[in-house]
Amino acid sequence: MVRVITTGTVAIATAVKHADVDVISAYPIRPYTGVMNELARMIADGELDAEFIVCDSEHTQFEIAKHAAACGARVFTGSAGIGWAYAHEAIVVTPTDRVPVVAMVGNRALDDPGNFGVEHTDVLVARDLGWMMCWPENPQEAYDLTLMGYKIAENPNVLLPYIVNCDGNFITHVRFPVDLPDEELAREFLPPTPPPRPNILHPDKPISIAPHVDYYWGTEIRRQMDQAMKNAIEVTKRVHEEFNKIFGRGGPPFIEEINTKDADVAMIGVGGMTMVARAAVRELRQKGINIGFVKLRRFRPFATEEIREALRKFKVVAVLDNDFSFGSAHCGGILFQEIRSALYDLSERPIVVNYLIGLGGREITVDAMKRIGKEIYEISKTKEVKHIVKWVDVRE
Amino acid sequence: MLGSDNMSWEKIEIRTLKDVPKEEYYVAGHRTCQGCGPALACRLIAKAAGPRTVCIVATGCMYVANSSYNTTPWAIPWMHAQLGGIGSAVAGAAAAFKAMMRKGKIKKEEIHVLGIAGDGGAADIGLSAISGAMLSGGDHLIITYDNESYANTGIQASSLTPWGAWTTFTPPGKMLRLGNVRVKKDLPRMIAAGHPNVRYVATASISFPFDLMTKVRKGLAVKGPAFIQIHTPCPKGWKFPPELTIRIGRLAVETGMWTLYEVEDGQFRLTFKPPKRKPVSEYLKLQGRFAHLREPDIRYIQEQVDAACKQLGID
Repeated sequence: MVRVITTGTVAIATAVKHADVDVISAYPIRPYTGVMNELARMIADGELDAEFIVCDSEHTQFEIAKHAAACGARVFTGSAGIGWAYAHEAIVVTPTDRVPVVAMVGNRALDDPGNFGVEHTDVLVARDLGWMMCWPENPQEAYDLTLMGYKIAENPNVLLPYIVNCDGNFITHVRFPVDLPDEELAREFLPPTPPPRPNILHPDKPISIAPHVDYYWGTEIRRQMDQAMKNAIEVTKRVHEEFNKIFGRGGPPFIEEINTKDADVAMIGVGGMTMVARAAVRELRQKGINIGFVKLRRFRPFATEEIREALRKFKVVAVLDNDFSFGSAHCGGILFQEIRSALYDLSERPIVVNYLIGLGGREITVDAMKRIGKEIYEISKTKEVKHIVKWVDVRE
Repeated sequence: MLGSDNMSWEKIEIRTLKDVPKEEYYVAGHRTCQGCGPALACRLIAKAAGPRTVCIVATGCMYVANSSYNTTPWAIPWMHAQLGGIGSAVAGAAAAFKAMMRKGKIKKEEIHVLGIAGDGGAADIGLSAISGAMLSGGDHLIITYDNESYANTGIQASSLTPWGAWTTFTPPGKMLRLGNVRVKKDLPRMIAAGHPNVRYVATASISFPFDLMTKVRKGLAVKGPAFIQIHTPCPKGWKFPPELTIRIGRLAVETGMWTLYEVEDGQFRLTFKPPKRKPVSEYLKLQGRFAHLREPDIRYIQEQVDAACKQLGID
C-alpha cells in the first residue's frame, strides 16, 4: 500500500486501472474530465492496457460503454452536469440491457445559465432508471466505492450499472491523502475478468439482446429490474464486508453515523458536505447541542430499513439537499421526499424538515450548518415547525 | 489485398449462385410488410456475413417490425442500439473484442462486428456517431438500409428522402405543390471524403444481390471501419404494389437514380454501369409518392440525374 496526496479523479482512475478495465469512452466536460486525462496518461505510459475511445458526444460515450459491456468487456465512462443530460437516451437503456457499466459523474449544476458549481440534480434526474448511485465523502472513498462498484454491478444477481458521484471541484479537484493498495491486493478483491453471465454477445452462443417486446413482456422486464435493485442491497452489504476484510477500511455499506450517540437531532446528507458537517457538529456539541450527522453513502438502492433504523431515534431530522425538485411535495429536495416517505409508517417518527443548501454551487459553510443545527434543536424543544422546507443562504 | 487473411468464407467475391451459401442467418419470424426491401437486405447481409458475426441494429423498421422477442429472425448474436447509436455501438463492440483478445481474456479469433441502421438513424440522428466510428479506426462495418424515409413511424421525410417525394412531413398541397424540396444527402461520398481512416465505402441495391453480398464481405474483411449504403425500396412508403420491389430497385440503378460503386482505400470504382440509361420517368411513374409531380418537375429530376451520372463516369 502507498499513501499519496491526490484528487478524487486520480483516485477513481487508479481504481479503474486496478479493475483492469478493457474499454474507456471519453468526452470532456468539467469537472469530471480529470479522470479521463489521468486514464489517457496511464495508457500512454503503459500502466494500463485498455481501448481509450475519444468520442463525439456523451451520448456516444454511454452507447459505447453499454455495447462494449454487452460483449463482456469491463468498461468505464463518465460525465457531468449537462453532459450527463446529453447522454440520457443511452443512460435510460443501459440498466434495461442489464450490463454492468461503471461510470463517474462529477456533479455539476445544470445549465442554463452556465455554472461550474456543485449540484446533485444532474445525476438525480436518472434516479428512477435503475442505476446504482453512491456518493463518496472524499477521494479515499472515491477509490473504494469505484472498486466496489465493479464487484456489485457484475454480480449475476444484480447486473445493473453503477455511478460514483463526486462533488465537482470539492472532491474532483482538491487533494487529500489517499491510501492506494497494491495492484495484487486490489485484484484479489476484484479479479480482472468479470464473473460469467448469460447475456454476453458472442458468436459461440447466439442470443438476442433487447428485441422488441411491447406489453407482452414489458411488465416482467420491469419487475426483474426491481428485483435486481432489491438484490443489490444484500450484495452491497456482502461486498462491503469483503472489502473491509481485505483492506481494513470501507465503512458500512449505506449509512455512516457521525456523532449521533445520545443525539436529539440530526442532519442527513450525501457527499462532500459531510466534511463540513463533521466540523459543524463538533462545534455545536461543544455548545451543548446534542446533534449528529448521518452520511448517506448510497442513494440507489435506497436502503429503506437501514435509513429508518438510523433516523427513528432522533426527535428532529434535517435533510440537506444539494438538489432541487421544483413543484414537488412541499417544493422540497429529492432526498427529502424519499427520506420522509421512508419514515412515514413508523409508529413514532422524527419531525423531518428540509434545507436546500449549496444550490448553484454556493459554498456550504460550517456557519450555515450550525444555524441549521440550532434551528432543528429549537424545533426539538418547541415542536413548532415554521418552515418544512427552507432555502439556505439565498437572497430573496 | 482485401481479406487475404480472412478465414470466415472460402472466398469474398460472389459471382454466381454457386458462390452463395445455402445457410440462412436471417430466417422466418419477422413482421415486416409484404415486399419489404430492408428485410431482404437483412437476409442477404446475414447470408454473406455468416455465423461468426455480431449484429447490432439501431431503432427503425428493422428493429420494431423485425426483431420481436420470441419471434426474432436473427440466428446470429444480435443487439438493439438506440436510433442515433449505431456508430457508437459498433465502436464499443469492436473495441471490446479487440481489448479482450489482446489481453487474453477471450480467445483470439475473427469476429465480425456489423451495425445496421436506417436512413434516418444513419444520415440524421446518428451521423455524428457514425462519423466518430469511421475516424476511430475500429474494425467494423456499418450498413444503412436506405428506404428514403422514416418508414417505421409512418413515412416522414429524412435527409435521404429524394427531391419531390411525398412523405407525411412533406405532403404536396395547394400552397406547397412539390412535397419534399430538400435534395437527398450524399451520405456515402460524405463518409468517403471526410474520413481518412475509412477503408471501404460502397453503395448497393437489393436488386443486385451478388454485388451486395460481395460488398458486405469486403466491408467485413477489411481491417478498419467500413460503410455501405443499400438502396431498399419500401412498398408502403413509396406507394407501389409489393410485387414490384425488385423491379423498382433495378430501375433505380438502370435510370441512374441510384448508382453502384465502391471506394476501396480511397479508390473510386463503379461496380455496375447501365449499358443504356433509361429515363427517370420509368422509375418515378411506378411510385405513388411521385404521382403529384408534373412534366417540368420530372425534367428537372432528369437533369439532376444526368449531371450526377456524368460526374460519376456512368455516361
